[in-house]
Amino acid sequence: MQIELRILRFDPERDQKPHEESYKVEASPMDRVLDLLHKVKYEQDGTLTFRRSCAHGVCGSDAMLINGRNRLACKIRVDQLKGKRITVAPLPGLPVTKDLVVDMDSFFAKFRSVQPYLQPGDPDPERERRQAAEDRAKFDDTTKCILCAACTTSCPSFWAQPSYVGPAAIVNAHRFIFDSRDDAAEARLEILADSDGVWRCRTIFNCTDACPRGIHITQAILEVSSKIVEHHA
Amino acid sequence: MIREHEALVVGAGGAGLWAALELAKAGVDSAVLTKLYPTRSHTGAAQGGVCAALGNQEEDHWEWHMFDTIKGGDYLVDQDAAEVLAREAIETVIELEHMGLPFNRTPDGKIDQRKFGGHTRNYGEGPVMRACFAADRTGHMILQTLYQQCVKHGVKFYDEYHVVDLMTEGGELGDGGRCAGVVAYRIADGELVTIKSKAVLLATGGFGRMFRVTSNAWSLTGDGVSLAYRHGVPMQDMEFYQFHPTGIVGIGILLSEAARGEGAYLLDNDGFRFMERYAPKLMELAPRDMVSRAIVQEIRAGRGINGKDYVYLDVRHLGRKKIDEKLPDITDFVRVYQGIEPYTDPIPIQPTAHYAMGGIPTNLNSQVTRDRLNTVVPGLYAAGEAACVSVHGANRLGTNSLVDLLVFGRRSGQQMVKDVRGVGMPEVAADVMEPVRAEIEALRARPKGERKEAIRKELADVMMDDAGVYRDAAGLERARAKVAELRGRYQNVAVDDKGTTFNTDLLEAREVGYLLDCAQTMVAACINRTESRGAHSREDFPQRDDVNFLSHSLATKGADGSVELDYKPVTITKFQPKPRIY
Repeated sequence: MQIELRILRFDPERDQKPHEESYKVEASPMDRVLDLLHKVKYEQDGTLTFRRSCAHGVCGSDAMLINGRNRLACKIRVDQLKGKRITVAPLPGLPVTKDLVVDMDSFFAKFRSVQPYLQPGDPDPERERRQAAEDRAKFDDTTKCILCAACTTSCPSFWAQPSYVGPAAIVNAHRFIFDSRDDAAEARLEILADSDGVWRCRTIFNCTDACPRGIHITQAILEVSSKIVEHHA
Repeated sequence: MIREHEALVVGAGGAGLWAALELAKAGVDSAVLTKLYPTRSHTGAAQGGVCAALGNQEEDHWEWHMFDTIKGGDYLVDQDAAEVLAREAIETVIELEHMGLPFNRTPDGKIDQRKFGGHTRNYGEGPVMRACFAADRTGHMILQTLYQQCVKHGVKFYDEYHVVDLMTEGGELGDGGRCAGVVAYRIADGELVTIKSKAVLLATGGFGRMFRVTSNAWSLTGDGVSLAYRHGVPMQDMEFYQFHPTGIVGIGILLSEAARGEGAYLLDNDGFRFMERYAPKLMELAPRDMVSRAIVQEIRAGRGINGKDYVYLDVRHLGRKKIDEKLPDITDFVRVYQGIEPYTDPIPIQPTAHYAMGGIPTNLNSQVTRDRLNTVVPGLYAAGEAACVSVHGANRLGTNSLVDLLVFGRRSGQQMVKDVRGVGMPEVAADVMEPVRAEIEALRARPKGERKEAIRKELADVMMDDAGVYRDAAGLERARAKVAELRGRYQNVAVDDKGTTFNTDLLEAREVGYLLDCAQTMVAACINRTESRGAHSREDFPQRDDVNFLSHSLATKGADGSVELDYKPVTITKFQPKPRIY
């Protein structure tokens, strides 16, 4: 079948502002949007610019706004989008470098700000630290994050207040706060109790909807918020 | 713009990140360059596990792991390297746990372990539980954990810097010259950046994108291997390329061997577990080269599903609980990319191009070597899939790629820490970047010509069809002629995008050039090796020939651009070559 791709394009060397361009491509229902973007780039217009690498939803390179929702282009199929027209635009809320490429530096800076690394309170033992399976289960969900930014850039609170640390950083803080081997929860809770921390979450659930890894992000944010309340009580 | 660091790491997968950690912890001024963001690296796509003889589930010994690695590699493995791999696997996995890696756990809280292909107890008696894992996203956890540690230790990153050349001092790297740093293309704005360094690690991964059906990311185009080759460093053992048995039909996405480690079956059109015919003892857990050949044999015999070019991977009998706990990601891939429910339906699979056993030759300390005497190239290091130590020989065992990048990523970093202390910063001429600048500008300026993706696709087709699971002289000659033709046409490649901002059109064209180098040497090495060993299966020479070919190939770039082949002996310490039966 033929699909019309409407892509928001912007090249700072040529354009004053973003504009939509339309491309017609042959597609099968099992094609991913990434396949269609490749068809455009390789057969029609090599200047179309986007990031991609693994092409199966684990590297997090190709998050973009597809039919109005944040999706990985390599993990959303033509048949799932229903209809013959697909719109593609860069992730909202981050500066556009070119076409579908956004500047991710501020996103990664927020990730780094929550001390996203294990900080055990005791010296390393000779063998592994023991951890009960049920303790590991407490943070299993948030270990799945691939830092694609689909969640943070779908969040209206982030759009309204770009200094908000955002769902992805909170997910990665959660991953350590609830790890029984870690001893620095307090420091992270302090960081997230800040005015740009968890309280900006309005439980809109856009992040949970956008996550290509199926992480229960809003729930993770609420667990961190409860922990802050507990901590201050 | 000219910068300098004491040490540079090119590539931010597992090997590069671990090396960077060693450098940062030792206080060496160092940096990592990656053409992606670090967490996009393809280590993150590894699924099933990382083997180490921890013995958490049952008796195990590093000597058994060493033996399995050597036998799995069809005795082309350097046995001193396999010993290092198997011994240090244990301490590196424990160190990863200390860094925070969320391994699955046994009931008493230890790291959980499961079976994997070719890993056995007591020198081949039967499968052993050796693979440490975090569900079926072990590579993701390794990449995330190492990146987290890099954040903790303040590692400096040049994100989205595409290394386009190596700098040298005192001659080419093949003639006694020293590596003096890199030239990198800053993707954001097209600026060329020169970074001088005393020690450069190439940890740039493999080159699976030269094949039509591959598990590899788009970014895996052999950049580091090719750049070293262009400066006179050989490519070692290029004829040994692994096809993983269980890729999603057509698009090649990997379905981990962990599925079979947990008990999945491979079935032919009659519902028969056909591995019975090929490896009655290990069945589905035979090494990958054998399973891939078995699948091709079944398809050729007309026993593919409905006579087509695939067979079934069946996980249904494992039950939903085990599937959800142990194999959540790959079953998700099946749902998304095949539209099939693995709880209730068998999964169509076929072999997929997966891993380069060959690469840049190194010694046990990850120093690059340039000839049959293992003469060290000063200032240049390689680790991970880009390197060939050789711990994988003619066929890599499952999980050993992760073991390799942990053990030798760490070793390379430690070696660089030692080496930078004894030497001065190299000198490079002010115009050192001019040759690569001229190449890039010529490409950008060419008004019209060949489309790079057409060249890559034709390359991928010929390599898949004529240099794949099975090979013979006629097919390899076809591949040689085709690669030569494509190399000629590549001289006239043109890009649409003439700009400087995030020009992926231009960089992908360069990547196709790297793939063509790797393909050229691979085909030459395949033609010359008239035996069958591990993943290199010559239908016209079906036997292993230890008299003539118990040796590593070294492919060097000749003055006229042709490939010159030499051979160096395999290091044998504990295990004499024997027939390889499972």
